[in-house]
Amino acid sequence: MKKLISMLVTAALAVTSVFALAGCNSANNGGNGGDKASNFKVGAIYINSQNDTSGYTYAHHHGITEGMKKIGLDPAKDLYIVDNVPEDDEKVKQAIDQLAGNGCNIIFGISFGYINAFEAKAKEYPDIVFSHATGYLSNDKNFNNYFGRIYQARYLAGIAAGYKSLELKNNNIGYVSAWGTEYAETCSGINAFAMGCIAVNPDAKISVYEISTWGDQQLERQAAETLIDTYGCCVIAQHCDSAQPQIVANEKGVFGCGYNSDMTKEAPNAHLTAPVWNWDVYYATAMKAAMEDPASFMTKVGNYYEGLKAGFVDVAPLSSNCTPETKEAIDLAKNMMISGEWDVFSGVKLSFSGAAGSVGVAKADAALKTNDGTEIVAAGGPSVDDGVIQGSMNYYVEGVTQVN
Amino acid sequence: MLEVFTLFLFNIIVYNIPLLYGTTGEIMIEKSGSLNLGVEGTMAIGAVAGYLVGVKADNLFVAVLVSFIASGLVGLLFSFLTVTLQANQNVTGLTITTFGVAFYYFIGNALANSEGGWPRMNGTKLAEQSQALEIPGLSKIPFIGEALFSHGILVYLGVIIAILMWLYFNKTVPGLKLRAIGENPGAADSLGVNVTFYKYAHIIAGSGIMGIGGLYMGLNMGGTFEGSNCWINGYGWISIALVIFANWSPAKALLGTLVFGFFNTLRVQNAALAYAFPNALGWLTKIPSHFFSALPFIITLIVLIASSLSSKKKSGEPQAIGRNYYREDR
Repeated sequence: MKKLISMLVTAALAVTSVFALAGCNSANNGGNGGDKASNFKVGAIYINSQNDTSGYTYAHHHGITEGMKKIGLDPAKDLYIVDNVPEDDEKVKQAIDQLAGNGCNIIFGISFGYINAFEAKAKEYPDIVFSHATGYLSNDKNFNNYFGRIYQARYLAGIAAGYKSLELKNNNIGYVSAWGTEYAETCSGINAFAMGCIAVNPDAKISVYEISTWGDQQLERQAAETLIDTYGCCVIAQHCDSAQPQIVANEKGVFGCGYNSDMTKEAPNAHLTAPVWNWDVYYATAMKAAMEDPASFMTKVGNYYEGLKAGFVDVAPLSSNCTPETKEAIDLAKNMMISGEWDVFSGVKLSFSGAAGSVGVAKADAALKTNDGTEIVAAGGPSVDDGVIQGSMNYYVEGVTQVN
Repeated sequence: MLEVFTLFLFNIIVYNIPLLYGTTGEIMIEKSGSLNLGVEGTMAIGAVAGYLVGVKADNLFVAVLVSFIASGLVGLLFSFLTVTLQANQNVTGLTITTFGVAFYYFIGNALANSEGGWPRMNGTKLAEQSQALEIPGLSKIPFIGEALFSHGILVYLGVIIAILMWLYFNKTVPGLKLRAIGENPGAADSLGVNVTFYKYAHIIAGSGIMGIGGLYMGLNMGGTFEGSNCWINGYGWISIALVIFANWSPAKALLGTLVFGFFNTLRVQNAALAYAFPNALGWLTKIPSHFFSALPFIITLIVLIASSLSSKKKSGEPQAIGRNYYREDR
């Protein structure tokens, strides 16, 4: 009898906790079918839980719900979600089938590894629009990829860091990065940030610490400590999930640039500004186009790669830790990128000078070179292709060294 | 250049003391003949409960007490299931891990989504109290003083617990009785030792100790909640491995923590060492970082193999571990 009771109690506990862990794994936010306000339904596949309160999935979930509100859809009724989906073709295909069964008109997949399942299923369901973040595949009817020119925002954050290093008379700037040259996403971010620093402080040296994982609070923390204590860095930038590098900067009395969200609340005395995404800009555009005419989705929206101009990326409001010249310089650079007059990875370099109130920017032709001297773009030449920034950049520019 | 070494030593201690809590807590439980695989979950619950109440009360002592009690309650649940109801210890332990970590995310996400948000410890007394204490005199010793004697109070507490536990096991009568239960509960029972009481008491106390380790990890991370990355981060599992590494001795657990910590820190600091001593240690950067990540586990594996092969040395593993004691079976 005792055995039986104990087995039952254990089983009950196991079942409850499995539910607690999985959250509402396959549950959707969608209501009860019958009384839909509109016929347009949105599907989304997330890598983590829809209930996350920070991080990558949260950023996309927030973007999708905000985007829906913008165009008059109700996320509580019209959004169907399958979350905690790993990068496994079979699991992703099942999720897509489930969302197709729910009658979704457009399906978003936010993780890189969903790419093959999305390509295959786009053929199977020609009437549904498939939209895949951070990928490189597409077709000409109903399957696109989308990402943003976050490097432009990184350049702006680099300007803030450069001014801080001038003020502190310390040329060492640190960068805690999930990956180094393995991914163009991290690599282009590091390079753009470094070029922003150097545009203000030509002597700036950017030391990159690669932690080899997208998120590990302990490692992020220790990497930032090493950069500050051993390499004497006075500003810590980051491309990783948590705010640990900023918290360490705060504790050690140096400064930092966060990522993804305004980290001033985590590090009030350290944080300068952070490159941020406004995912709702894309989601609203894509859903509106798919709602109006799915057949013309690929001609109207197509593969989406926007930046400062569309407001898709930006920097968080500058904190009071920034030097007085920072805002003017960032505005100057931002306007040049918005107008299309200049872009980061070209054969023209910017340099900022002047005191607050009269900050000026000068353009000079100078080759874009890697840190071992190889020329990528000749002096005065045009920007590298978007394909390079998105997919094949695998070198650091002058001024960058990876410490580990 | 010596700072690099001091920093290295400092980091070994600061990031690996939670392992000492997990390991000593688990040793206490295993000495009573129970195998608790729920360390990760127990630490997570102690961490989140202790932190939240601690921030509210703005007092480190309250935080420690609450994390001890919260994890102790998890221990009570484990004892009730395995000692009274005779449930399978492995399954119960795994269930507690799943439950504990999910509880951590559940509470954390709920609070972070609420109006006030996740409570922060910036500028609170709690943050002040968990800062490093410099032990007068000792912390001024050149080279090692700052690394060894300038830590938060919970670092010292962990070491004190390990030493006291060693004394308890080896120098006191209750400690002897506890070890007897772990070796042969039937024999202990026949000598009049209250097996059920001893198991309950030590499982609860051991779980409570783990909880303090969890709290320490939370405080060490600045008390910020991340929706995708738990404070405990697998340290509970490493603690279970360290119990074997330490051969069920709290004193050796201290040593094991430092050895494991050495390789764990090498993973992060290899570049700094190579930078400070380019000629002597420059080769460190040539080794892929994944190798350093795997190294602590490879070492554990080697110790396991070595200890199994040596026939001379007596294993400290309690003979009755993992088997429930049912009086009528005697």
